[in-house]
Amino acid sequence: MQVSVKTEADFCVVGLREQRIDAAVALDFKETMRQAAQGGGENIILDLSEVTFIDSSGLGAIVATMKFLAPDRSLILAGMTAPVDRVFKLTRMDSVFAIFPTLAAALSGQHA
Amino acid sequence: MPEQVAMTSSTALSPETLPFPFDIRFKSSKPAVREALAGVRQALAPLGLDMEELQTVELVLAEALNNIVEHAYTEQEPEQDDLITLRGDHRGDGLHFRIIDRGEAMPDGKPPLGHAQPISPVIEDLPEGGFGWFLIRDLAKDVCYRRIGAENLLDLRLAIALDLQG
Repeated sequence: MQVSVKTEADFCVVGLREQRIDAAVALDFKETMRQAAQGGGENIILDLSEVTFIDSSGLGAIVATMKFLAPDRSLILAGMTAPVDRVFKLTRMDSVFAIFPTLAAALSGQHA
Repeated sequence: MPEQVAMTSSTALSPETLPFPFDIRFKSSKPAVREALAGVRQALAPLGLDMEELQTVELVLAEALNNIVEHAYTEQEPEQDDLITLRGDHRGDGLHFRIIDRGEAMPDGKPPLGHAQPISPVIEDLPEGGFGWFLIRDLAKDVCYRRIGAENLLDLRLAIALDLQG
């Protein structure tokens, strides 16, 4: 799974360079996020702006990542496209994540 | 890996007609499901669906097909004849799909009720799965599962691309 990882404004920013988080890559996603989180203590911003399809397995992998980071670190979601936002709303998982419209908004802490 | 997925269309030779019904047949695996969904998008292209409609189709089918890969067949030890057939048709009341596999029957002979997952305020208690059948039942109509002989048949309809004339 292609990701970019950088540290910015005291956050670990993980940018997904994939269009799909689906059952075919859910395990790979979880492993990639574990590796990206290694060796740091910052909260993680996951930039989803390139992702245009997510299924329940992909959603579960994001929840698993949040649980893996808790309780000391948070997983913050940024840049959700309309199809991704819709799956979070349908399953009501939008209520358990900090969600920002863009990466810039997440970095500056401005909610939607 | 285009050879993983075989696609046939009964009307492919006639340029005047849309490619319905279409059949996509593939070996049970998650990459093959992804490829089959690309085939569905291609087959539906002539209908000019908007992004949300296409997402609905793809999401419902992804949930149903991945459930088969994970639960009806054995993902770790796939057999050579673990095949899934997806049939799509366009009628007046929307898009009709039939999914056929020869794996294990649904537990108790029926698909899950698909209730919304409870959202716990405690992060460690949050659900990581169980959303699939909730999404299918939320987005699809006329969901009907039958076990006939050694086959599972799942029929469902999506109220998309309605033909108000017909």
